[in-house]
Amino acid sequence: MLFKFHGGVHPDEKKSPADKIETTPLNPPPQVVIPMSLHIGAPCRPIVKVGDTVKLGQKIGDTEAPVSAPVHASVSGKVVAVEPRLTPAGTMVTSVVIENDGLDTPCETMVPYPEDRLSDQDAIAALIREAGIVGMGGATFPTAFKITSGKGKVDTLIINGAECEPYITSDYRTMLEHPDEVLGGIRLLMKACGVSQAFFAIEDNKADAIRLLNSKNPKDSGINILSLKTRYPQGAEKQLIKTVTGREVPPGGLPAAVGCAVFNCFTAYSVYRAAYEGRPAIERVVTVAGSAIERPRNYLVRVGTPLEYVFQQAGGFRKEPHKVIMGGPMMGVAVYDLSVPVIKATNALLAFCEDETKTVENPACIRCGKCVQVCPMNLMPLYLYLYEQKDDFAGMEKYRLTDCIECGACSYICPGRLHLTHSFRAGKAKIAARAAAEKARKEAAKGTAAV
Amino acid sequence: MSENRKLTVSSSPHIRSAQDTRSIMLDVIIALCPALLAAVYVFGLRALLLTCVSVAASVFFEWAYRKLMKKPSSVGDLSAVITGMLLAYCLPANTPYWIPVFGALFAIVIVKQLYGGIGKNFLNPALAGRAFIMASWPAFVAASQAPLSYDNIFNFGADAVTAATPMSFLHTGSLPNVGILDMFIGKIGGSLGEVSSLALLVGGAYLVIRKVISCRIPLSYLLTVAVLTFIFPKGNNSFLWMLYNLLGGGLMLGAIFMATDYTTSPVTPRGQIIFGIGCGLLTVFIRYFGSYVEGVSYAILIMNVCVWLIDKFTLPRRFGVDKKAAGKSKEVAAQ
Repeated sequence: MLFKFHGGVHPDEKKSPADKIETTPLNPPPQVVIPMSLHIGAPCRPIVKVGDTVKLGQKIGDTEAPVSAPVHASVSGKVVAVEPRLTPAGTMVTSVVIENDGLDTPCETMVPYPEDRLSDQDAIAALIREAGIVGMGGATFPTAFKITSGKGKVDTLIINGAECEPYITSDYRTMLEHPDEVLGGIRLLMKACGVSQAFFAIEDNKADAIRLLNSKNPKDSGINILSLKTRYPQGAEKQLIKTVTGREVPPGGLPAAVGCAVFNCFTAYSVYRAAYEGRPAIERVVTVAGSAIERPRNYLVRVGTPLEYVFQQAGGFRKEPHKVIMGGPMMGVAVYDLSVPVIKATNALLAFCEDETKTVENPACIRCGKCVQVCPMNLMPLYLYLYEQKDDFAGMEKYRLTDCIECGACSYICPGRLHLTHSFRAGKAKIAARAAAEKARKEAAKGTAAV
Repeated sequence: MSENRKLTVSSSPHIRSAQDTRSIMLDVIIALCPALLAAVYVFGLRALLLTCVSVAASVFFEWAYRKLMKKPSSVGDLSAVITGMLLAYCLPANTPYWIPVFGALFAIVIVKQLYGGIGKNFLNPALAGRAFIMASWPAFVAASQAPLSYDNIFNFGADAVTAATPMSFLHTGSLPNVGILDMFIGKIGGSLGEVSSLALLVGGAYLVIRKVISCRIPLSYLLTVAVLTFIFPKGNNSFLWMLYNLLGGGLMLGAIFMATDYTTSPVTPRGQIIFGIGCGLLTVFIRYFGSYVEGVSYAILIMNVCVWLIDKFTLPRRFGVDKKAAGKSKEVAAQ
């Protein structure tokens, strides 16, 4: 039985025509830029230096910190720079720049994992960490840490194949083209988490993928394929858990608090490839689409490939792009410099020739309440907006600003075209800044008292 | 490579739904049209002309105020058109033309613009405008025009026959002298936009289908009036008494078009039901115990001022801290 999360919107899906075309491998670029932080958590330290020769799949960055994932070379060649470079998020991060020798000489470590060790719970978690696998849906939370920290608490495994954002079809194509590998990856994740059942949640606009997966008898290994109603943000972690189990993750809590662990579909596929092909997380499927794109389709792209190169190889722009987005149109990040690289979480690269944000000069709330209707976190965006505009911290707290998951449903539906989601991001930043200032003040006071 | 390329950067989401304020207001205008047609059918073309005067005055004051105050024009959102239409709908068709002009001045400038314009007013502008007219020139709007016969449709004069409305009968505790079907179609005396329940319901259905309004406010409002009048009838036919009360006066117009005004109604689902029930209770109280024959406009105006309070007390349940869900998470933790 499925439950229902509150609210949500249904934007035009626009998955066509990219959803009908087979994934095309993209030629590796002449140069890759690999940031040392491709995950949430502690950044890696580079373990190669300028002038070193690296092989495909060779580990080039690592750290001892528990919440982390190592970084691997996505081409073979020579390290030409180790320096801060711009990332898609707009931050400068130490990156290893590798000149591609075009040979793809594989590293010795790129061998399938010994089959007999794949029944050991901890060995799987260790292999996932070594392969640098992170939440491939966009959150980039280190997968191995999710498994080990949830040990003993998790009774339900959910694989996120919702892919609820418009345009994106990378998970869908992966399910269609590699169903056995995805299911194999899920079995490994089940073993690693110590559970016998898993739910593979897919939105019902991907009926043929659901049919194909069901034809592989997934039930025999405890995998239940669930067909979910197509409704954004169905794939948001908290909403997905609610739909599948009826449980609600408490504010500020992790899925493990309600006994759940959620992994993205592509994460499962990456786990399979790491275990049975010895291939670390060095490439991923990226949907390249949008009104400015000449040939919309999915490409298998090496991590570290500059966006400019991806677009060029994908047939270039049909028209001059007005906006380029990494991720989906609802939650993706607008990119201003196309020299930034594809990262592990890049599930889509969208280019639009026209502004589709329908921005108006004088946004005005008419109190229609549609934002309240669609908010999947049961918030009242129109009031939060008022409090945020007035810097009213008590109001922001009372109306639970920090519960906002920034899904964008309120901004999407708002007829007055208010910048709701944006103002909530700003509000969260204000709250964080205030908390930091307060902490500093307290510490300073303590220091004076001690003297 | 990318030096010459100018890319726009903005916070997500990067797409927006097609429905905007203007398209919503346009839907409301369309939904108000059947009632206008009915008014012309019942009272003649003067009803149309009076509505046009009211709309023109509302739009003019909206434009002039913003211009005078050097604020960006807001005429394009079409909300002033609706205020003008609704204001005219609350007046008898034989009202002098200058009356809605003053009503519009009060509604647009005092009630709406002085509080910051669209979305900021705490009273329904059209109803406040009507209240202002009622308080200032009661004699001009008290006498309701009687329905015309067919051949009189080109009547433009203000000298039409006046007649007691069904509401004045109900106020004295007796059933009106018109059939229930005429009540439903609107061949009765009254304010020009309120007479035809049929036309108003057609407009309401359009708004619900277009997802401009939900059924919560109109249904809870009408049901409250229905239940109260059915339980406490005057006379011995409680069912007929209830029907006349539902179809009479401004109830349909109020429940479908006035009480559902976004700005002056609650945004939470529970709040909307409370609001509707409150409107229903007050309407029946005023009809039963007040000196006015009709209570809809004051009932809605009184509930208007409670809106923010209602919203505050009907805050939706916080995600993840429901008793049931919390219990579940504990269960899991205990395992």
